[in-house]
Amino acid sequence: MPDQLLFGMEVALNGLMAGVLYALVALGFVLIYKASGIFNYAQGVMALFAALTLVGIMEGQVPFAHLINAIFGTKIHHLGTPIPEMLDPDVTIAYFNTEGAGWISWLLGGIGNFFIWPINNFDIVLALIFTVFVMIALAWAVQRFIFRHLVNQEPIILFMATIGLAYLLEGVGELMWGAEVKTLNVGLPRGIAEGVESVTEGWFGYGFFLSRLDIVAAVIAAVLVTALTLFSQYSKQGRALRAVADDHQAALSVGISLNFIWILVWSIAGFVALVAGVVWGASSGVQFSLSLIALKALPVLMLGGFTSIPGAIVGGLIIGVGEKLFDFLMNPIIGGATENWFAYVLALIFLIFRPQGLFGEKIIERV
Amino acid sequence: MFYREAGDFKTSYVDDSQTFPISFDRYRYYFVLFVAFALLPFMVDDYWASQILGPFLVFSIAAIGLNILTGYCGQVSLGTGAFMAVGAYSCYKLMTGVDIWYPAVCDGSRILFFWCSGRAEYQIWFQLPEINILLSILLSGFITALVGVFFGLPSLRIKGFYLAVATLAAQFFLIWLFNSASWFYNFSATGQITAPDTFVAGVQVTGAETQPWALYMVCLVFAFGCAWMARNLTRGSIGRRWMAIRDMDIAAEIIGVNPLKAKLTAFAVSSFFIGIAGALFFAVVSGTAEAGDVFGIQTSFEILFMIIIGGLGSIFGSFAGAAFIVILPVALRVIGTEMFGWPSEIVEHFQFVIVGALIIMFLIVEPHGLARLWQLAKEKLRLWPFPY
Repeated sequence: MPDQLLFGMEVALNGLMAGVLYALVALGFVLIYKASGIFNYAQGVMALFAALTLVGIMEGQVPFAHLINAIFGTKIHHLGTPIPEMLDPDVTIAYFNTEGAGWISWLLGGIGNFFIWPINNFDIVLALIFTVFVMIALAWAVQRFIFRHLVNQEPIILFMATIGLAYLLEGVGELMWGAEVKTLNVGLPRGIAEGVESVTEGWFGYGFFLSRLDIVAAVIAAVLVTALTLFSQYSKQGRALRAVADDHQAALSVGISLNFIWILVWSIAGFVALVAGVVWGASSGVQFSLSLIALKALPVLMLGGFTSIPGAIVGGLIIGVGEKLFDFLMNPIIGGATENWFAYVLALIFLIFRPQGLFGEKIIERV
Repeated sequence: MFYREAGDFKTSYVDDSQTFPISFDRYRYYFVLFVAFALLPFMVDDYWASQILGPFLVFSIAAIGLNILTGYCGQVSLGTGAFMAVGAYSCYKLMTGVDIWYPAVCDGSRILFFWCSGRAEYQIWFQLPEINILLSILLSGFITALVGVFFGLPSLRIKGFYLAVATLAAQFFLIWLFNSASWFYNFSATGQITAPDTFVAGVQVTGAETQPWALYMVCLVFAFGCAWMARNLTRGSIGRRWMAIRDMDIAAEIIGVNPLKAKLTAFAVSSFFIGIAGALFFAVVSGTAEAGDVFGIQTSFEILFMIIIGGLGSIFGSFAGAAFIVILPVALRVIGTEMFGWPSEIVEHFQFVIVGALIIMFLIVEPHGLARLWQLAKEKLRLWPFPY
C-alpha cells in the first residue's frame, strides 16, 4: 500500500479515538437537553471542576486555601500532618503555620489528623466516590438555586444562564483548588500501544502509532454509553427520565417528581463530566483549557442533533475523523491548526441542508 | 413633581414623535452630551482615556451592535469578537494601503488567495493609497457588514441554539484566518498589527504619542453617531420588523415581514457597528492587536454579558452594560489588590464568580437588565411625591 494511504489510515484511526472522547462530552449535553430542555454550556467547566475536585481530594488539599491564607494570613494548603516524601525540598513552607490566625490552622489540622489523611495514597476509588458526591451536591445546588427559578423561560435564556454558570463554576473551582496546572494520575496507562503497532507492522509493514490512553478512553466511553443506554431503557428511573423528556406535564400527572428527575439528570451529567475530566485530565493535565472541551462538543451536537444519544456518538466519530483527516490533507496547502474551526464549518454546512442534525427530531413550529 | 408629561403640550407630529418626549429627559440628555463633549475632554488623563473611557465607549458600540442582532432581532450570536477582528484588520489594511498581489500571495508554502503551484515570483500588482483614519474606520464597518451578512445567511435556515453555535464557526474560522494568513498583518514577523501614526486636521489620533483627549474624542464621536443611528433605526419601521421577527418569526412572516430582509439587515447593521468598534479598539484605543488574543471567544462572551446585564433590546442598556463590564475588573482590582492586598489571581477568580453570579441573578430577577431598573426608577419618579 502507498505510504500516504497508510499515514491517512493512521490519522483516521487516531481521529476515531479522539471522536470517542468528543462523543463522551457531547453525551452530557444530550442528557440534560433531553430531560430539561437546557442546553448546558457549562458541561466543559463541570468536567474541569470534577477533575479539579478529584485531584484536590486525592492530594488532600484544603478547599479555598488561597482565600483563607489571604484573609487570615495563614499558610495552609494541605490537610493533615506533612508526610516527608510529599514535601518538596525546595519548598520551605510548613504545612501548618501557626503564626497569624492560628485557630484556623489548628482546626483544619485537627480535622485532617482526625481522619488521618493519607495524602500519598488516598484510595483512588474512594476519591472518585467522594467526587461523585460533590457532583451530586453541585447538581442539587444548580437545580435548587438556578434552574428552579427559570422554569418555563425561553430556551435561549436558559442557555445564557448556563454560560453564567460556567463562569461561576470556573471561578469557584479555581478559588477552591488553585489555578495551577495539576497532574492527574489515576493509574491509566500511557505511552504507545505496542500491540497495535506490532500487528499493523505485520499486516502493512508499517506500525500505526496509537496512544494507550486513547484506547482505554475509547473503551471507557463505550462502556459508559452502553451503561447509560441500558439505564435509560430498562431501569425505573431511566423510564421516568424518558417520560419527562417526552412531556413534562404528562410525566407530572402520572406522579413523576420533576425536581428529582432534574437533579438526577444533572447528577448523571456531572458523572459524565467527571469521566471526561479524568480522561482528558490524564492526558493533558488538569488546567483551565480542560473547560474548552465544551467547545469541541458543540459541533458534534449540531451534527448529531441535540436530542439523540446515537447522534452524539456518530457525530463525535465523524468530527474526530474528519478534522484529523482534513488537517492531514490540507496542512500543506492552507496551513495547520485547522482543528479549531473545521468541525464548526462542517457542522454549519451540514445544518444548512438538514437543520435538525443527523438524528434530531424534526422541528415543527406552530404559530 | 418635575418629571412628568402633564402640561407639556405638543403642537406638531414631529414634536410628538421625538425620542425624549418628556422635557426633563431631554434636558438630562443635553446635559450628558454637554459633559461628555465639553467638559470631559479637558479632564481626562492618559489612564482614564485609554483604560476606562476609551474601552467603555468602544465596547458600548459593540454592545449596541450585538443588541441590534440579539436584543432587537432575536438572533443570538457568539461571533462578536471575530467581527471586531474583521473591523480591526480591515482598518489596518486600509490605513496602511491595501496591497493586491498577482497572481496570488504566497507565504512560504501556504497559498492565500488563488491556487498556485511551485514557487513563482510574485510581485505587488497594485497598491491602494493610504486612507484617512476616520474614513478607514467607517469603511471597515462596511466591510464587516458584508462579512456579517455572509455569516448571517445560515440564520435563514437555522434557529435558536443551532444558530448560536453556528456563529462560533465564524468566530473560530476568522480568527484562524487572521492568524495564519500573513497578508492580513502585512507579513510582519510578530503576527501583530500595530497602528501607524495618523493625523486628522493636524491632531494625532493614532500612535503612541496621541493625546488622551484626542483618543477620547474620536471614540466619543463614533459612539455618539452609532448610538444616535441605532436609536433612530430601532424606532422606525425597520426596527419594528426586527422586533416582529424576534417575537415570533413565523407570525411575522404571515403578517408580511420579509424574514430574509429583516434578518440580513439586522446582521448587516449589527456587524457594521461591531466592525467600527473593532477598528476603533485596535487603531485608537490599544494601538496594537493580535487576533486570538484580543478578539477571542472571551470577548464575544463579554459583549454578550454586557447586553444581558445592561438590558436586551435597549440602547441605554448597551451603555450601562458596557460601563459595568469595563469598570468591574478595575473596581475589583482597586478594592481587592490595593485595599485588601490580596494576590491578583484571587481577585481575578473573584471576578469570574461575580460576573457569573450576576448573569444568573439578572436572568432570574430582572431579565431586562439595568435598562429595566432605570425605567422602573423613572416610572416611580413620575408619580413622586404623590403615588397612588
